[in-house]
Amino acid sequence: MSDELREKIQHVIEKEPVALFMKGTPQFVMCGNSDRALRALREAGAPVTAVDILPDPAIRQELSAISGWPTIPQVFVRGELIGGADIVEELAANGELQRKLADALGPEYWSAEDDRTVNVLS
Amino acid sequence: MPIDALKALLERAFPDATELRVDDRTGGGDHFHVTIASPRFNELPLIDQHRLVNEALDAPLHDGTIHELRIKTKGTA
Repeated sequence: MSDELREKIQHVIEKEPVALFMKGTPQFVMCGNSDRALRALREAGAPVTAVDILPDPAIRQELSAISGWPTIPQVFVRGELIGGADIVEELAANGELQRKLADALGPEYWSAEDDRTVNVLS
Repeated sequence: MPIDALKALLERAFPDATELRVDDRTGGGDHFHVTIASPRFNELPLIDQHRLVNEALDAPLHDGTIHELRIKTKGTA
């Protein structure tokens, strides 16, 4: 179970342009820091793929084991850990996030689809 | 967790900090905002600056003592 879960999380991190591991979903955010990260990403126009870590504590354990980052939320762009809410907010405010997104995803990145949520448990 | 205990962990990790502040955001001893300015952060990417703070607080982050942590780091250059 644990190996399978880890592979699924790894897959989301590697395959999704912008992955946000958060408490709750973009439609129903369950934590202030997850909300801050989501807002900063939206303001930067990022195509967010969200994973709710709350349904099973194993998700968070496996995620932190992979990333080496202890807290939630965690934002990845093309497989690279960008950081948590504070970092994403600061990078969005100084324009660095937009530059990173354009570098990683191409200059037209903001025209991609709306937020979506994926389930790593099924 | 008392502010002083958290502050002691940070002071040990950043003995050269020129600014080190810990705020208990809710008064409940589990939602903290830490602000640290240190020459160790000079020239270091933001994610690595935060990594150093997370490492200093590894124990309380792992045992759940810290429920929420906000971090603001600054270089001194």
